[in-house]
Amino acid sequence: MAYEPVIGLEIHAQLLTKSKIFCSCSTLFGAEPNTHTCAICLGMPGVLPVLNRTVVEYTIKMALATNCAINESCNFARKNYFYPDLPKGYQISQYAQPLSEHGYVDIEQNEGKKRIGITRIHMEEDAGKMIHDEHLPSSYIDLNRTGVPLIEIVSEPDMRSSEEASAYLKRLHEILVYLEICDGNMEEGSFRCDANVSIRPRGENAFGTRTELKNMNSFRNVQRALDYEIKRQQYILESGQAVIQETRLWDDSQGVTLSMRGKEEAHDYRYFPDPDLVPIVIDESWVAEVRKNLPELPLAKRERFMRDYQLPSYDAGVLTSSRVLADYFEDVANLSGKPKAASNWVMGDILRFLNEEKRDIKDCPILPQSLAEMIQLIENGTISGKMAKDIIEEMYRTGKPPTTIIEEKGMVQITDEAALAKTIAEILAANTAQVEQYRGGKEKVFGYFVGQVMKATKGKANPQLINDLLKKMLTAS
Amino acid sequence: MELHQLTIHELQKLIRSKEVNSSDIVKSVFKRIDAVEGSVHAYITLMKEHAFEEAAKADRCIREGNIRALTGIPVALKDIVCTKGFLTTCGSRILHNFIPPYDATVVEKLKEAGAVFTGKTNMDEFAMGSSTETSYFGITKNPWALDRIPGGSSGGSAAAVAADLCIASIGSDTGGSIRQPAALCGVVGMKPTYGRVSRYGLIAFASSLDQIGPFTKDVEDCAIMMNVIAGHDPRESTSVPLDVPDYTAFLSRGIDGFKVGIPKEYFIEGIDPEITEAMRGAMKAIEGLGATCVEISLPHTEYCLAVYYIIAPAEASSNLARYDGVKYGFRADDCKDLLDMYKKTRSAGFGAEVKRRIMIGTYALSSGYYDAYYKKASQVRALIKRDFEEAWKHCDVILTPTTPTPAFKIGEKIDDPLQMYLSDIFTISTNLAGIPGISVPCGFTRQGLPIGAQFLAGHFEEGKLIQIAAAFEKQANLKQRRPNL
Repeated sequence: MAYEPVIGLEIHAQLLTKSKIFCSCSTLFGAEPNTHTCAICLGMPGVLPVLNRTVVEYTIKMALATNCAINESCNFARKNYFYPDLPKGYQISQYAQPLSEHGYVDIEQNEGKKRIGITRIHMEEDAGKMIHDEHLPSSYIDLNRTGVPLIEIVSEPDMRSSEEASAYLKRLHEILVYLEICDGNMEEGSFRCDANVSIRPRGENAFGTRTELKNMNSFRNVQRALDYEIKRQQYILESGQAVIQETRLWDDSQGVTLSMRGKEEAHDYRYFPDPDLVPIVIDESWVAEVRKNLPELPLAKRERFMRDYQLPSYDAGVLTSSRVLADYFEDVANLSGKPKAASNWVMGDILRFLNEEKRDIKDCPILPQSLAEMIQLIENGTISGKMAKDIIEEMYRTGKPPTTIIEEKGMVQITDEAALAKTIAEILAANTAQVEQYRGGKEKVFGYFVGQVMKATKGKANPQLINDLLKKMLTAS
Repeated sequence: MELHQLTIHELQKLIRSKEVNSSDIVKSVFKRIDAVEGSVHAYITLMKEHAFEEAAKADRCIREGNIRALTGIPVALKDIVCTKGFLTTCGSRILHNFIPPYDATVVEKLKEAGAVFTGKTNMDEFAMGSSTETSYFGITKNPWALDRIPGGSSGGSAAAVAADLCIASIGSDTGGSIRQPAALCGVVGMKPTYGRVSRYGLIAFASSLDQIGPFTKDVEDCAIMMNVIAGHDPRESTSVPLDVPDYTAFLSRGIDGFKVGIPKEYFIEGIDPEITEAMRGAMKAIEGLGATCVEISLPHTEYCLAVYYIIAPAEASSNLARYDGVKYGFRADDCKDLLDMYKKTRSAGFGAEVKRRIMIGTYALSSGYYDAYYKKASQVRALIKRDFEEAWKHCDVILTPTTPTPAFKIGEKIDDPLQMYLSDIFTISTNLAGIPGISVPCGFTRQGLPIGAQFLAGHFEEGKLIQIAAAFEKQANLKQRRPNL
């Protein structure tokens, strides 16, 4: 029987606010354990939370970017459960009244665009981290992360393959990073994904029993875990058994999902409105203010690049994959006036250099002005494309502008017709046999002469000029 | 008269005229503590050394003429407000060793006003109780009759003021925990409007009901204390950013023309006849001052107790989850794993009443029961609130007995939670509605036990309460009578 997977994702994104959601502690990652803590995030007796307004603003941004409706009034609720990394014994989250609901994003699939529904986006606080020492019967707790603001983005069960899930995940990641509200770092856990997955016979409308997958800390692992889980469920159904509703952990080293807890062990979180926090009222003017400052989103940028710069869809996709890269490209394109050339250099050499060193475009040593200048130098014939290949490497290595490098290395193209004609005459005189061959109709030999001229001029001669002069002089006498 | 017997305003006169200084007052109070604290047991922790140090500092201020609202005045704090560097137990074994690294806002404000702290007073564990019998640190006795309870949960703070073991004290009131012990100990106790006094640093019992307030020897002192502790606190989201009036300005305004509402639902069966009699006396006294008493109705009164015993335990079950033995406080020994540690710590760390309420609250919030209990209770709470809104159309303040009976015997109700819960029957609605209330002495039973009258007013109308309580207090003229210790 053919089965169809049904997938929904729950994404947790840490917001890039300076301070935590309910206290003024720093949110910076990587500090000494328990140094970014205070009485409030440690859940000491008698302390109270006060909401960081920036968290609301960032969540509104994400809601607008994903076409969600923003509720005029929302509130926080307590999610009650015991765990050592949760100092209060409850997590402050949103439940019955989230900040926003009913949104969507479009993903591109081979069959075209597909719309994935977003059920809700809500704010909550992160928990701390347990550090287990295998040699000890006890564990350590680091509460630096406790109270770092998170948004949870819950999708509708609209995805039908691991590829779709992956595309959706990447789309949300891209938007969050574009909005500069999340650094998107999956390894450090600032962007996390849980998946709900079930399968059903193709054509069936009712959902099958789902499992929840956790602990997938890369895009690749999300797809691998889903593929594994889909196959596992298929195997279970085909062998006449039933899928059990449970939470399963992805084990990266074994490449399998393992049962973590079953439905009967599922928590009853006893949600109720947090009496320590007042309802958050978000009026039209606040939303309008945030909307006004919303950056151009990746999809819109992509379409604009294709339209305004006449770029193919692939190029536009690569160049808009990050906001900094897109800005870099646009600077080069506008300064040089040659968008296609700008696209080729950025997508080719620049990205290759950066990838080799795992560097980010924001740390690129070549300034957009320098690259634009180099493109113009090719255009006006000062240097050849071939010379440019060497120059750009030097630019990347030293950060120097192209003119400096050209000057230092004496790399200016030979465009002096008389000097070049003299060199060509010498070469023709030294290669009479080949000249005869050419004149006898063997035009292939032409390339040989070009090579000889390039060699004699150390590659500095203008290729167009070589061509013109060679043709003229070979046919002349 | 000994210095410890005086009120804040009386002592301030003596301080201003340089007749006494803070060290004299603190010395007198600790002499009194040495003499009778053994039989009353109002305190969990005494801060004697600290008090004398602070008194010496206050004396310097007095000499320099820098006299603030409470300079040099000995004040006791219920052991539910966090004091930086001083044990704060909440009356519980689970916090028997907890020393907060911060001060509650109210503590900061009192310090700022120059108060000298005498110690941390005894209370029902986590403020759950009406008799101060559930404390892990022993029972506080009523100074008027040592075989009786002082009321609760702020029994220590009430007894300390009544027995002159401090000049004024701080309590907290979630369902009557200031007003009920104030009534039973014959002192003045006010529960301000929810949001009027900061809850930051008040160890939470039921967050939507908890409110800090003062115990004082008279209404004027209550106004002085309120001037110090009231006001907006940016550290609390439910704190209300409203200006605070000078409450002492209401003291001598009189109540000519006041309409005093008498809710018919509050004169129920089971109320002690001597209390009914005292209430009749109170109404007469008020009318003698130019006010009129009008019968009003608070139709949802009968649901108050039921609503309270859903909402308060529900919030408590969540608020008390943090006491898990992981970070601070008591942790059980010999635990085999995490779950075992939680179970043993919480089983041994909490007393029976706290565990009872955690279980009730957990149940009320459980999936499948939430709508029937917590949600329904919240809806009825809105109706109770509306009852009061309706009542203010017919009267300025409401008068009720504070308690249905005078102080009962130690041990009398401790094994009968329902009987115990009934002792808050007249005070609970105030917390559910978030309005302010004050209890003032209004008489004594033939056995010599104090009786309290409770006045209630609309949100942020503490001034009106001080106005009527001050007028009534003057008329009732009960201040000369003191417990015989």
